[in-house]
Amino acid sequence: METAEKTSNLKKIQVQRYKPEEDPKDHYLNAMKGIWSWLTTLDHKRIGVLYLCSITFFFFVGGLMALMIRTELWTPTATFIQAHTYNELFTLHGSIMIFLFLVPSVPAALGNFILPVQLGAKDVAFPRLNLLSYYLYITGAAIVICAILSGGVDTGWTFYTPYSIQTSTAVTIMTFGVFVIGFSSILTGVNFITTIHKMRAPGMTWGKISLFSWSLYATSIMQILATPVLAITLALVAMERIMGVGIFDPSLGGDPVLYQHMFWFYSHPAVYIMIVPGFGVVSEVITTFSKKHIFGYWAIALSSLSIAFISFLVWGHHMFVSGQSAMASMVFSFLTFMVGIPTGIKMFNWAATLYKGSIKLESPLLYIFGFFFLFLVGGITGIVLSTVALDVHLHDTYYVVAHFHFVMVGGMVMAFLAGLHYWWPKITGKMYNEKLARFTCGLIFIGFNVTFLPQFVMGAQGMPRRYFNYIEQFQPFHQVSTVGAYMLGLGFFIVFVYLVKSIFTGEKAPANPWGSRGLEFQVPSPVPAHNFEHIPVIVHGPYDYHKPMDEFQLGIAGSGNGHGNTVDATLKTNGKEIKAE
Amino acid sequence: MNELSKLFLPPEGSTLAHQTDTLFWFVHISGLILTVGLIVVIVYFVIKYHRKSEDEVTPLITHNNTLEITWSVIPLIFVLIVFGWGYKVYMEQQTVPDDAYEVNVTAQQWAWGFDYDNGAHSMKELHVPAGRPVKLVMTSKDVIHSFYVPAFRLKQDVLPNRYTEIWFNAPKPGRYQIFCAEYCGTGHSQMLGTVVVQKPQKFQTWLAKNKGGAAASNLPPAKLGKQIYEQYACSTCHSTDGSKKTGPTWKGLFGSKVQLSNGKTVTADEDYIRESIEKPHAKIVKGFQPVMPSFQGQFSDDQINGIIAYIKTLK
Repeated sequence: METAEKTSNLKKIQVQRYKPEEDPKDHYLNAMKGIWSWLTTLDHKRIGVLYLCSITFFFFVGGLMALMIRTELWTPTATFIQAHTYNELFTLHGSIMIFLFLVPSVPAALGNFILPVQLGAKDVAFPRLNLLSYYLYITGAAIVICAILSGGVDTGWTFYTPYSIQTSTAVTIMTFGVFVIGFSSILTGVNFITTIHKMRAPGMTWGKISLFSWSLYATSIMQILATPVLAITLALVAMERIMGVGIFDPSLGGDPVLYQHMFWFYSHPAVYIMIVPGFGVVSEVITTFSKKHIFGYWAIALSSLSIAFISFLVWGHHMFVSGQSAMASMVFSFLTFMVGIPTGIKMFNWAATLYKGSIKLESPLLYIFGFFFLFLVGGITGIVLSTVALDVHLHDTYYVVAHFHFVMVGGMVMAFLAGLHYWWPKITGKMYNEKLARFTCGLIFIGFNVTFLPQFVMGAQGMPRRYFNYIEQFQPFHQVSTVGAYMLGLGFFIVFVYLVKSIFTGEKAPANPWGSRGLEFQVPSPVPAHNFEHIPVIVHGPYDYHKPMDEFQLGIAGSGNGHGNTVDATLKTNGKEIKAE
Repeated sequence: MNELSKLFLPPEGSTLAHQTDTLFWFVHISGLILTVGLIVVIVYFVIKYHRKSEDEVTPLITHNNTLEITWSVIPLIFVLIVFGWGYKVYMEQQTVPDDAYEVNVTAQQWAWGFDYDNGAHSMKELHVPAGRPVKLVMTSKDVIHSFYVPAFRLKQDVLPNRYTEIWFNAPKPGRYQIFCAEYCGTGHSQMLGTVVVQKPQKFQTWLAKNKGGAAASNLPPAKLGKQIYEQYACSTCHSTDGSKKTGPTWKGLFGSKVQLSNGKTVTADEDYIRESIEKPHAKIVKGFQPVMPSFQGQFSDDQINGIIAYIKTLK
């Protein structure tokens, strides 16, 4: 066995190369058998897979509702459902997509699976808390389904008062469901922050953790600080509905605009809770498929943190026409423009990473390029909307609808799909049909633009959102948009089919199918039950493509599977601090 | 440019619309240049640096502070310009001229009402004189609505228990669409209206004719009921031809047996109709949602009698 000796400035430890085993016999998927072993698992990878299955289910439920909405909008009057049903559909489409798909998509599903492996840890810091997060999510989802069955909700996902106080639909149950899901989100955030602080492998300094981990770190901070405010707000709405305490309802002496302040204090950071993990995926994929060191590691890492910070100070840009003071609008407009700067820095750094790279256009990178274009359009139209004078005209029109779908679907869903394709071999140990994947990426990209570009135009012309009926001049735009929605739906369905098919008939995936330097690709595919059979030692950053691959596969010599006492002895005698160049 | 504007934006109906549109195009065209520029750079890199063999080694380029500062400062200058310009236009939208003609606006689920200085009242149609600043003082009777006229590039939320203001000056006589832009319940998309901009003389004539409120009370009860049916947007939810909308149809309603959601059956008589108008949630017809807002205190006895008389005619 090859043994290398690395020196540090003070202490020495023995390291050796651990080449990942190809086609391993034992891995996390077959370590235990039976449904019960899945439902009670403490393994972060299995919890990640549970999340993945759940969010996929809710993504298709929410997507089906989107198709019903688009179908209804084929004609200016009732097409196949009534106004009340339509209002319930867009409320549920928004709530399900945001609370049950987007928020947990990258952090709880992909992040749970990948983060500990990227950090060189055996699990997250609190595995039981992790399982609790999942069950809180499922409980919350079940309560939301109860709300749908007991009459639905017709307030829009924003639950604006006083309408949400006065409507007779199941708002109380629904907000309770969202309240519970919020705690799932908070606990995941606590878990990730602790894991990133305390569970990093020897040698993994803050400058050597992956940008995906940095993005999850920034996301977790926002989850912990913002989500409690949503919980408080929804609890106040429930108090008002059940006990008649006057907080938001003016007929009880409350202030409806106060609700909007409190709601957006959570929900604007929530936008970044949804998109920042996507930024992390972009950094991983773009470096791997251009075999190049990331350009501006610290610029990208710190811009995630500054986005997290500024995101708490911009909520008022949702309220330019709500009746808030002109002074407040000015301040919020200014701060909103400031979020554009770190976001722009990221885009430029990613583009610069491609310079002199070795670029291979595989499906994950294609999805990232889809992200690039769509997120850029979403970002630029965001600049338009932060301009107070323009927002007065565009607020609550289809322009806003198109803008946030470009950011959330064009940005986040594309990044999620990129990450899913990138890590799929690691998760399942199987390769999907690459040709089909490239074709579908194109179909989704075109379908998306056909759906949402016309919405910018009709929004600028004045088409308000959440309209069941509309005036006839908008019909051509709505019809093009509906056709696009079906293309988009078909695209997502094909992805689902070929990914599921690959589990049964796909080729076996090698440990490192993309030639990545990331730590998660230095372990076998699928990942072993305890991630590493040794204690990994980190000497290079995850994007040091100029260094040979074997220097990324180091571990403490003779550390075995990490369960033996000899390991502890080695660590103690040699000290934990390892600094290597 | 004007042709392009027509394709993307509604006609400019107010004096301030043009400024807004200029800013609109400035931000969009700058954004388009940035988007196209960045896409061209990426496409160029992808073609030029396409992977030729799996053994390729890339140079180590970690960062460049000059570049980082450049692409932070240039966008910063750009957004500061847009911010300042946007705020300047916004302040003009907010600053009401002293000589503005004032109209009170009352929003309710799901109709717009307008009250003029001489006591004239109109529903759905806002009459204003051309070429004179008009100030709207707005409030809501129930939930939050939003007064939106795309042609004027103006929007303002209308709140219960509070007053919000908006102003415009429409130089050209014509009819402009009003939307409700804040979701307000089942009939939200039917909460439409029209701004009727008239030459000052014509406006004065209209105003004088409607002085002291509509002359509606002189109408026979069934005619009055029909007028209320249209003006108060009852037609949003109740059909008169038997078709099912959000609420039950009025055709053949009077005297019929109504199945309620609690399993009971009642006869649709005068008391039932009056109760349904004032306390709509007291009896819910089977197969419908309890979404109707209460109209208690909004109608006089004559008006309610009119509605009942009108329903009686719908056999």
